[in-house]
Amino acid sequence: MLTFVVRRLLYSIPVLLIASVLVFFFVRETTDPLARLKGSGNRDLTLIQRETHRLGLDKPLTTQYGRWLKDFVRFKWGDSLVSGRRVSTDIRDKLRNTLQLIFWGIVASAIIAIAIGVYSAVRQYSALDYTFTGLSFVGLSMPPFWFGLIAIQLLIFVPKETFHLQHPLLYSVGIHSATNHGTLDYVRHLILPVATLSVQLVAGWSRYQRASMLDVMSADYIRTARAKGVPRRVVLFKHALRNALIPLTTIMAIDIGSLFGGLIITETIFGWPGMGKLFFDAINNGDTNVLLPWLMVTAGFIVVFNLLADLLYGVLDPRIRLA
Amino acid sequence: MKARSREDLSSGRAAAAVGSAALAELAHDHAPIEAGAVAGVEPEARSQWQLFWRRFLRHRLAVVAGGTLILLYLAALFAHQIAPYTLNPNLGDPKVLLQARHGPSLHHWFGTDELGRDQFTRVLFAGRISLVVGLSVALVSTTFGTIVGGLAGYVGGLADNFLMRVTDLVLVVPALAILSIAGKASHGSVVTIVLILSVLFWMPIARVVRGVFLSLKEKEFVEAARASGASGFRIMLRHMLPNSIGPITVNATLVVGLAIIAESTLSFLGFGIQPPTVTWGNMLAQSEGSVGTPTAYLIYFPGLAILITVLAVNYLGDGLRDAFDPQSTR
Amino acid sequence: MADEDLPISPTRPRPPSGRGDLILTVEDLHVSFPAEQGVVKAVDGVSFEVCENEVLGVVGESGSGKTVTALAMLGLLPRTAKLSGSVRFRDQELLNLEEKELRLVRGAEIAMVFQDALAALNPVYKVGSQIGEAIKVHHPEIRRHELRERVVGLLDLVGIPNPADRADQYPHEYSGGMRQRAMIAMAICNDPDVLIADEPTTALDVTIQAQVLEVMERIQDRTSSAIILITHDLGVVAGLADRVLVMYAGRPAELGDVETLFYRSEHPYTLGLLASLPRLDQDEPDVRLHRIKGQPPSLVFVPPGCPFHPRCDFARLPEPCATQIPELRSLDDPSHVAACHFSEEVREKKPEDLRPVVGS
Repeated sequence: MLTFVVRRLLYSIPVLLIASVLVFFFVRETTDPLARLKGSGNRDLTLIQRETHRLGLDKPLTTQYGRWLKDFVRFKWGDSLVSGRRVSTDIRDKLRNTLQLIFWGIVASAIIAIAIGVYSAVRQYSALDYTFTGLSFVGLSMPPFWFGLIAIQLLIFVPKETFHLQHPLLYSVGIHSATNHGTLDYVRHLILPVATLSVQLVAGWSRYQRASMLDVMSADYIRTARAKGVPRRVVLFKHALRNALIPLTTIMAIDIGSLFGGLIITETIFGWPGMGKLFFDAINNGDTNVLLPWLMVTAGFIVVFNLLADLLYGVLDPRIRLA
Repeated sequence: MKARSREDLSSGRAAAAVGSAALAELAHDHAPIEAGAVAGVEPEARSQWQLFWRRFLRHRLAVVAGGTLILLYLAALFAHQIAPYTLNPNLGDPKVLLQARHGPSLHHWFGTDELGRDQFTRVLFAGRISLVVGLSVALVSTTFGTIVGGLAGYVGGLADNFLMRVTDLVLVVPALAILSIAGKASHGSVVTIVLILSVLFWMPIARVVRGVFLSLKEKEFVEAARASGASGFRIMLRHMLPNSIGPITVNATLVVGLAIIAESTLSFLGFGIQPPTVTWGNMLAQSEGSVGTPTAYLIYFPGLAILITVLAVNYLGDGLRDAFDPQSTR
Repeated sequence: MADEDLPISPTRPRPPSGRGDLILTVEDLHVSFPAEQGVVKAVDGVSFEVCENEVLGVVGESGSGKTVTALAMLGLLPRTAKLSGSVRFRDQELLNLEEKELRLVRGAEIAMVFQDALAALNPVYKVGSQIGEAIKVHHPEIRRHELRERVVGLLDLVGIPNPADRADQYPHEYSGGMRQRAMIAMAICNDPDVLIADEPTTALDVTIQAQVLEVMERIQDRTSSAIILITHDLGVVAGLADRVLVMYAGRPAELGDVETLFYRSEHPYTLGLLASLPRLDQDEPDVRLHRIKGQPPSLVFVPPGCPFHPRCDFARLPEPCATQIPELRSLDDPSHVAACHFSEEVREKKPEDLRPVVGS
C-alpha cells in the first residue's frame, strides 16, 4: 500500500513537471502581466520598462521558466501583481475556504447520488425512478451557473417577498454573516453554493450508481445470498450496494477536475472567498503571479484526489492489489 | 477486473477535462455496434438503416427531442422573419426606453431589459450563435478526434502514445480554468471560441474512436480486407469508419450539448463571446444583477433556452445510442 | 476437527431400498416469462418427488428448464416469472409463501449449490465470512468463536487444505475447484433436508470435477439430505443419482431409476443422449458417437405435439407425434414413466443401435 502511494506520487512528478511547462508557456502567451498597467491609461514608459525588467519579462521565455520553477518549488511564489499580498499566503487562506466547499460538495453529492441510484435500481421503472431519470437529464442539461442564479431567486428572494421575511432562509454571499458566526449561520451560507457545485455531480453519479446497482443486482452472488436465506434488506445493502460502490469511485476520481472548474463558477456567483474566486479575479487582472501557482496547486490537488480515489477503490475491492 | 476498471478510467479521463459529469456518462458506453452490420452489401445495408430507423422511432422522447431541435434550428435560421422587434434598436430612442423593464406580456413575450430591448428577439438571435457554436464545435472536434483516434487505434505506436499522454495531462488541470484563460486572451470572437472549445472536446471522441478501431482491427472482415491487399488508408476509410459511425454520431451529438453549456459558462464568466454579439450565456451574464430585483424574469428565458436545447440534444443522443446499439441495456 | 463440532449429522445408515420418507413434491409446475416475441414457457408441467437420502438427477440440454425448476422451488426467479402448480416441502406449500417465510426455508431446509462458483460468491467478502453468514442467518444466537470453528470445520470437511487460513481469503484467491467446494460447504452448513446442486461440476476441469463429485458423494454418505443434482452430464448422473428425471423443452421426458432408465430407456431423447456418450468400458473402434440432429427448440415457439418430434428418429409424422402431446405413462414398472407415443418400440432399442457404424 505504501509502495503504491510512493510509486504513484513519484509517477505524478513528471506529469506535473510537463504540465508546469505547458501551463507556464500557455499563461505567458495568453496573459500579459502588465495589461493592467498599460490599460490604465498609464503612458509612463519608464515605469512599464522598470516593471518589465523587475518581473524578468525581458529575458527569454525558457530562462523565465527556469527561474519561475526554481522559485516555485522553494515556495517563493512572489506577490500578487494587484493586491501586493504574498501569493502563498493568499492561496493557503483561500484553499481553506475552498476545501470546505469541496468536502461538503463531494459528501452531499455522493450521499444523494447513491441514495437516488439505489432507490431507482431497486424500484426500477417506478414513477419515482422515471422522475429521477428525468431530473438527472435536466441536471446534466443545464449550466450550473444558471442553476445557481435560479436557486438564489427562487429560494431566497421569492420566499422573502412572499412571506415578508426579515431575513432570508439561506444566504447567497460569503461564508458568514458579519455579526453571526454560529453553525446554523454557516449552514445557511453553505447550502446554495454546495447545491450549485453538486447538481451535475448528483445527476451524473446517480445515473451511474443506478446502472451499477442494476448490474450488481442481477449478479449470481446476489442470488446466492438470497438462496442462503439472507433477508432482502441485508442482500441489498451488504451484498449489492457494497459491490455497486466500487465503480463509482472511478467516476468520482474522474470528476474531481470538473469540481475545481465548478468552483470557479460557484464561488464567483456566491462571493465565496476561495480558490475559484481568486482565479476569477486573477484572470480579470492579468495577475500571472497568482494564475501560475493556482494552476499548479489545483493540479497537485487533482493528483492527490485521484490517488485517494484509487486507494478507496483498492479498499472496496479486494481483487485489486495496490502495489 | 483491474484491466476493465482501468479502461473505464481512461475512457472517462478525457471526459474529466471537459468539466462535466455528462461526458463521463457518455464515455461509459461506446461499445462498437456489431461489426459487419453496416459494411455489408448494399441491399443489406439499406435494411440495416431501416432497422436503425425503426428502433429510433420507437424511442418516443428521442423523436420529440429531434423534432424540437429541428424547430430550434429553423427558428434560429429564420430569426429575422420571426423576431417581432429589431435586435439592435436605437438605444437612445425614448420610445424604446419607455419599454424598459416590462415584464413578460403579450407584446413582449419574454419581457424587456433595462434598455427596453425585447428579450424574445434577443433570445432568438442569441440562439443562432449558441446553436452554431454547438454544431461547429461538434463538427470540428469530431473530425479531428476521429482522425487522431482512428490513427491511434489502427496504427498505434506514436499516435496512440500521443493521445494517451495528452489526455493524461489534460486530466490534471481543470478544463474550465484553461478555457477561461484562453477565452479571455481571445477577446471572444465566435470563431476563436469554437476553436478553443474544439481543442478540448476532440479528446473524448478520439478515445471513443480509438477504442472502436482497436476492437474492429481484430475482426475478420478487416483481416480479410488486409489479406486482399487493401491499403491501410482504404481499410480505415471503407471498412472501419462505416462501422464506427454509431459511437461517433452519438458522441458528436452529445458534444453539441456540452459545447453549448461550455460556451454559455464561459460567456457568463465574461471570458466567452463578447457583446454586442448576443449569446444565451452573455445574456445571462448581463442579467445576473437582476436576481432579486423586479426584472428577475430576465434570468429565466435564456437559461430555459439552453436547458431545452441541451435536453433535446441529450435525449436525441440517448435515442441514437439505443438505435445504433440495441444490446445496450441502458 | 472433532466430528461432533460439525454441523453435519453423523453418518446414518441409508435404508437399503434407497428411499426414505417423502420430503419434496413438485406437482405440475409451470413457469413462464414474458418476452419480446411472446411468452417463454421455461417449465411446462413438471412433477416429481424426492425422498430422504435420495439423489435425484435432473438431466437435459441447456434451456430444458432444469435450473428454472430449481430456482422456482426456492422462489429465486425474477419477479417477471409467472408460476403455477405446487411445490410441497414436507407439509408446507412453497409456491405461495411470502418472501419472509420462504427466507426461513432457504439455506436452512433447502439449500443450493450454484454452477459458476466464481460468479456465485461475493467477490468483496472473505469466503469464511460468507459461509458464516449462511449459518448466522438461521442461527443468530451463535457465538463468534463457535461460528468460526464451524466454518473452518466445514471447509475441512469439503477437503480444503489449511481451512483456517483459507477461511480468511477472498474467492478470487481460491482455485476453481476450491471455490466449488466452498459453495458446497456453504450449502450444507445448516444440514439442509434438500440440497440442490445446479451443474456443480460444469465449469471445472475433468480432474477437479472428479474431486468435487467425491465431495458430493461424501456429503451424501454423511447426511440424510436428499440431493437434486442438475446436470447435462449423464456420466455424473450415472455415478451419483438414484433416480433420474430427463427434461426436454421445459417438459419431463422420462423419469425412473437410474439403472432402468439407462438400460431400458423408453424415451428417444434419453436414448439419444446415451448414444452420444463415449463408452470407455467397451472397445468399439468402428462405431461413431450418435448426434441428436437439430437444435433444442425455442421455448417461445415449442413444436406442436411432442416437442421432440422434429429431432426424433422414431417420430411418425404428422400423426400422432406432431399433433398430440404425449402424456407421461408407464409400461410395466409404475416408477418408470416416459412421455412418448412409442415407448414400447423405443424400449427395444439399445443406445448402440443409434450409433452409425463406420463404413456402413
